[in-house]
Amino acid sequence: MISNVLHIDLSNKRFWIEERSDLFKEWLGGIGAGIRLLHEDCPKNIDPLSPENPIIFCIGPFNGIYPLASKTVAVFKSPLTKNLGESHAGGRCGVAMRMAGYGGIVIKGASEKPIYLVINEDGVKFRDASALWGMNSSSTVGRIIREREAGAGVRAIMRIGRAGEKLIPYACVITETFRHFGRLGLGAVFGSKKLKAILIHGRSSIRLSDPRLYRNTYDEIFNAVIKSGAMKKYHDIGTSLNVLPLNISSSLPSRNLQAAKFEGAELLSGENLAEKFLGRRAACAHCPVSCIHIAALRIPYENEPYFYKTKMIAYDYEPIYSLGCMLGIRNPEGFLKLVDIVDELGLDAISTGVILAWATECMERGIIETKDADNLVLKWGDYETYIKAIKKIVNLENEFYEALANGVEHASSLYGGREFALAYGGNEMPGYHCGLATHIGFAVGMRHSHLDNAGYDLDQKINAEKKFISIEEIAKALFEEESWRQILSSLVVCFFSRKVYTPEMISRCFSAMGIKVEPSELKIKGMKILKEKYKFKIREGFSFDNVRIPKRVLEIPTPQGLLREEDIRRGISEYKKLIEAEL
Amino acid sequence: MAKRIAVVDVDLCVGCQSCMFACNRRFGEAGIARTAIFVQSAGGFERGFIVKVCRACKDPPCAKVCPTKAIMERVGGGVRLDYKKCIACGNCILSCPIGAIFWDEIIKKPTVCTYCGYCVNYCPYGVIRLEELK
Ligand code: SF4
Ligand code: SF4
Repeated sequence: MISNVLHIDLSNKRFWIEERSDLFKEWLGGIGAGIRLLHEDCPKNIDPLSPENPIIFCIGPFNGIYPLASKTVAVFKSPLTKNLGESHAGGRCGVAMRMAGYGGIVIKGASEKPIYLVINEDGVKFRDASALWGMNSSSTVGRIIREREAGAGVRAIMRIGRAGEKLIPYACVITETFRHFGRLGLGAVFGSKKLKAILIHGRSSIRLSDPRLYRNTYDEIFNAVIKSGAMKKYHDIGTSLNVLPLNISSSLPSRNLQAAKFEGAELLSGENLAEKFLGRRAACAHCPVSCIHIAALRIPYENEPYFYKTKMIAYDYEPIYSLGCMLGIRNPEGFLKLVDIVDELGLDAISTGVILAWATECMERGIIETKDADNLVLKWGDYETYIKAIKKIVNLENEFYEALANGVEHASSLYGGREFALAYGGNEMPGYHCGLATHIGFAVGMRHSHLDNAGYDLDQKINAEKKFISIEEIAKALFEEESWRQILSSLVVCFFSRKVYTPEMISRCFSAMGIKVEPSELKIKGMKILKEKYKFKIREGFSFDNVRIPKRVLEIPTPQGLLREEDIRRGISEYKKLIEAEL
Repeated sequence: MAKRIAVVDVDLCVGCQSCMFACNRRFGEAGIARTAIFVQSAGGFERGFIVKVCRACKDPPCAKVCPTKAIMERVGGGVRLDYKKCIACGNCILSCPIGAIFWDEIIKKPTVCTYCGYCVNYCPYGVIRLEELK
């Protein structure tokens, strides 16, 4: 069982290891352990960019042991929402942490000079990163560290781009070049600590109490995944498989949700991108699915005939929504270039796209003028101008770009255009306009990824079956699903394997490890973890009663027709009742 | 007939490490400290992957440098490692030109493929195969 928490004090360049089997026993790991550590280590009402804000990474009991337990959970106070920051990433960090022997890592304080950390079984090395600070490309930073340090094949390299250094509150942390702790601004928290990168590596072998049961259970999971439709779906096309069905059902927000359909959907579809650009697939550590899709984009040099460079750019559904459909981009090359710049600078793709979409609509309506935007004319589909604008945001070029750099909630509070500023709880909205459950889900959601409480998934089912379900039932379904997902993200397994990791299967997995966990007790634990998260949110000022619902959401029909504000509000208050029930 | 693990098409590899974890599970243990097959990126995921595993040479260099004859040539190609004789000097690791002998972190001795084929069952993309040595 994992039990060690590695504490790192960046101010004094010290580290120590704390034995916390109590924590992992009670809260499993991942988000369960993470939220408890946040309660312990994050003082009330602190500035998220101050040294007191902890960066917490947690993995769970299954990482390194069972397949698809490939994720890591990051918990911190978000500089974007000034509330709970939770972000999950795949890649190799989850397994690397386990192999290095840590269930959790808590980073506090701040360094005076830029540094990067090397973490392994022996603890932490503090390395000077002055020469890496200010580099234009986050992938170059990865390359340099890769050359200098040990652990090839079994390491994770998390790093920030210039956006993180500049403390842009929606800056992300990139790991293994193609995966992200994307949402809610972990990159800025890194930046505020002058922490450029973290390399983690280790090799270990874990004895299990029942090796036979272990091997059998492992095989059962492995085979179930391999044979499941999910495997083929996510391997062949990846998450971008969703583009066409969402478009057909009019749930795909485009041009700042002025419509829920996009005429360029075919061009940006996973099918088209795979056919024209797919260069490679890759997998997270210990996951046979390999859903990571990397496009090979051949770009000619302007003044050199017959000279090209090939950029490898990973794409998923979310950036297709935000940097493609929301910006009216129909040109797949242009879309890939946008993803590339966002990655190199280290911004969250969803937030960036939604903010630029708002700015474009503002310009159309004359709320913002060309001169505000440093003479750029933002127009749907004009990716070259958007690339320039993104650079200006990261450079905090003028007042307007500084406003954009602080998120759409903030920018619209200065310039207006509030009705079509698509954010919930201060965080830019994900790419689903499927119906009532979707938006209730966004309003109460935790980390504002589409995987939160899967309101969109519930809506898609409701829409397909054309059945009526009451608002109370929606709230209950969201609550139950989100509670269960706390277990999955405490173990920490990828949500793509959620059909395989049933309560019974999880209980069996634990048995092989010599730990008794009843399937029924898991459900209750999930609710407990969820409530623990709301406790933090409420402590930091969240209230179910004053969530801002962007007017635009109510103006564009979903597959269920136009949504009514009172219905969303009723859903939120029903959900609130469930959360408060035993708090 | 002697068998070996053949890397059929390394470009099919997605770096999922399923083979590494499988090899380690031969001991009933979870992890990668004892694996005899190793996958790493060829300088970043974007460049693809390298699969390192003993290719069962006909005239294996590792057997020549072992001072205690713990690594012995196998009939038909490849080697066997006798842990009782092995003094953990690591000469074999240095001698292998393809870097296919690894360090077992648990017993603190080298580890090399035994050509058992267990890993092959876990490669979802047909990258590796158990084949007869010609
Ligand atoms: S054949 Fe057996 S010993 Fe060799 S790499 Fe595969 S699992 Fe390991
Ligand atoms: S199991 Fe196959 S695809 Fe996965 S890392 Fe090993 S060789 Fe590559």
